[in-house]
Amino acid sequence: MGRYVARRLLQMIPVFIGTTLLIFLMVYALPGDPVRGLFGDKGGSPAVLESLRHQYGLDKPVLVQYFNYMKGMILHLDFGTQIASGRPVTDILGDAFPVTLRLAGFAFVIEAVLGIVLGVISGMRAGKAADTAILFVTLLLISVPVFVLGYILQTVFAFQLNLLEPSVSDDSDFSQLLLPAIVLASASLAYVARLTRTSVAENMRADFMRTAIAKGLPRRRVVGVHLLRNSLIPVVTFLGTDLGALMGGAIVTEGIFNIHGVGGTIYQSIVRREGTTLVGLVTILVLVYLFTSLIVDLLYAVLDPRIRYA
Amino acid sequence: MRGAKSAKWVAIAAVVALGATACGGGGDKGGESKAAVDPNGKFSVEVGEPQNPLQPANTMESNGSIVIKSLFSGLVDYDSSGKIVNVNAQSIDSSDNKTFTVKLKPGWTFHDGTPVTATSYVNAWNWAANPANKQTNSFWFSDIQGYDDVAPAKGKPKADKMSGLKVVDDNTFTITLSKPMPYFVYKLGYEVFDPLPESFYKDPKAAGEHPIGNGPYKFVSWDHNKQIEVTKFDGYKGPNAAKNGGVVFKNYSKLETAYQDLKSGNLDVMRQVAPRDLPVYKQDLGDRAVDQSYSAIQTIAVAFYTKQWKDINPKVLQGLSMAIDRDTITKTVLQGTREPATGWVAKGVLGYQPDAAGDVTKYDPAKAKALIKEGGGVPGNKISIQYNADGGHKEWVEAVCGSITKATGVACTGDSKADFQADLNARDNKQVKSLYRSGWVLDYPFISNFIRDLFGTKSDGNQGGFSSKEIDDLIAKADAAKTLDESEKLYQQIEKDLPKYMPSIPLWYYKVNAGYSEKVTGVKYAQDGDPILTGVQVKK
Repeated sequence: MGRYVARRLLQMIPVFIGTTLLIFLMVYALPGDPVRGLFGDKGGSPAVLESLRHQYGLDKPVLVQYFNYMKGMILHLDFGTQIASGRPVTDILGDAFPVTLRLAGFAFVIEAVLGIVLGVISGMRAGKAADTAILFVTLLLISVPVFVLGYILQTVFAFQLNLLEPSVSDDSDFSQLLLPAIVLASASLAYVARLTRTSVAENMRADFMRTAIAKGLPRRRVVGVHLLRNSLIPVVTFLGTDLGALMGGAIVTEGIFNIHGVGGTIYQSIVRREGTTLVGLVTILVLVYLFTSLIVDLLYAVLDPRIRYA
Repeated sequence: MRGAKSAKWVAIAAVVALGATACGGGGDKGGESKAAVDPNGKFSVEVGEPQNPLQPANTMESNGSIVIKSLFSGLVDYDSSGKIVNVNAQSIDSSDNKTFTVKLKPGWTFHDGTPVTATSYVNAWNWAANPANKQTNSFWFSDIQGYDDVAPAKGKPKADKMSGLKVVDDNTFTITLSKPMPYFVYKLGYEVFDPLPESFYKDPKAAGEHPIGNGPYKFVSWDHNKQIEVTKFDGYKGPNAAKNGGVVFKNYSKLETAYQDLKSGNLDVMRQVAPRDLPVYKQDLGDRAVDQSYSAIQTIAVAFYTKQWKDINPKVLQGLSMAIDRDTITKTVLQGTREPATGWVAKGVLGYQPDAAGDVTKYDPAKAKALIKEGGGVPGNKISIQYNADGGHKEWVEAVCGSITKATGVACTGDSKADFQADLNARDNKQVKSLYRSGWVLDYPFISNFIRDLFGTKSDGNQGGFSSKEIDDLIAKADAAKTLDESEKLYQQIEKDLPKYMPSIPLWYYKVNAGYSEKVTGVKYAQDGDPILTGVQVKK
């Protein structure tokens, strides 16, 4: 187990270098220049352009830029400076990530709890009315685009019923984050419910289930331990990768509810060609992905005792 | 926990009740038009996160500049007709349009209590002009004598102070330009020319995060990505003292969300309504909806460096211009948010003249076709209009193209660039294939800003490579005029001559389509499209 974890952690190093280099090169390849972009339609003094480029090391070859950036990041935890505002990127990350963590965490809890409960209900009653109803609702959630759902919920709950705030003014207040979290969780929730349903329905007919029931185990134990534990592997796989997607891909939801999180910051950095900010943000997202997939793999062993890591 | 939860429900019930009374109270609206005003009330304005630190010479985009304008007051400002109004200046005099003597109103202070003196201005300008300080707007000082020594285009700086600036006494200083310019005072209204307090130079970076100015409002806090708060400065001596207690600049990443908040009373003033809400905003807001022109123009610029347009007969461009049905496009595709242009100079600028372009901007398919034929036709019989896809330009570019093709038979396509950065990049590298979209918002309300700064051979705004010796000579003559009036007349004459050269095809003027909440009154919008914050009154 310990060796397995160590090996996985070592494998992260090439993945980490590869992704950051790729992103660095991709931003570099886009047409446009972050320093020139500061001046808009009107153009600026060449001397100022020159000294700004020099300050941010943009006059060096791209691989040297990448090397310097990685050196600063790994040795001094220095993610560089945002070109437009002159603020350290660590500050910007510190602004964006807590908000996104709260939102994504909240959405994740909704998605996992509600998705699994709905999935178990419909899997155990496969073919009955409850199952059809849940399948119908999840189909609806999958097919309605996020922004449509977002605006509908906003209009209904904030303007017609006046129950909730239409946008988030204080992102540490979880009651304000409720609506965006539901919107963000909706599509994934449907996937979780469907995955759980399929695997529960399949395992209902498995031999070990018949044995457990025949042994006379209480129903709660049959469902909670024997059925669920064996059905959760695909769901856990999905949830693990989805956490990363919830954090980085919430840009539409963030826009509708005016949350200033990671998604919007990534978008802005791309538009402004701010390579350093972008790589900083994505580096952390890559780390989140790598760690959740490690945790997912370790969870396999917990869920299914037949899986052992040497 | 339980207690907290029920408190929340009480709050919700109260909100519902308030909403109900607001609806009920709508009937007798006429009776409460003179609602009591709270002089210390604060209100909120929609902005985005300023891109740059809040330093006056480092702010080029609108999100930062509206904040800077509230915190700093310069020498002069403009009224709605484009006339100069003295703010911090007592007088600015010149006998030769080359050396200006500026006298300050005495007794002004910065928000930290230190006095505003002639040195505050001179040092601030010298600091900002120095390329080592990397201020994005530094080239604004290039008219001043000695700028080339401080910021040479090539090589090492020879000086760190511009020789054209001299402090005479505490309240007087002189500005000497490298060559006479009758309208230089107009440039002084731009926030680049604001003064800076002594404390700024100790740590300019920190000052950009927590600016100390001399304007009608005092800085309180900047919560990045959330809001910037400023409060009324009681010691302000200028003519535009705040009629409210302060402003909260609320950060919105989407105008649609801001509009929702405006309707529900969480936001008081908007600068622009999103296209999605344009069809309904007048109905939603009633007399609180704002629809007025501001000094900006959209044109189709010509890439004169391409094979297609090199040495083109201007008649061809006249023909293309007359093939565009501006009236219909502004009404339908643009939903009335633009006004057809009749010249190259936007409204609200000193020197604006109606119908300056004459027939050239009038829709006339038959004449358009004839003119193009007369001019030898469009080379390749095919044009494209470059635009940035992230700016909402696609629809009208297509409409303009359709109009041209229908009227003249010239094939026309939109040439979409992914975003503004990519668009600029193509323009800077002279890679535009045919024509491109270009927008120009005023820097200062004098006609030269729309002619000299766009069509002079060496101007920064001239990205299409238009070059005409006659126009350059006329500009030089207008710049050398003895008085402002004379200069204005000469520039107006140039604009009248422009149809002969067609440096670009004027399309339409911009309009402010905005609105405000029931909580505030007296909301007016200035010529640059921003609300005038100091005039807003908050109801009790």
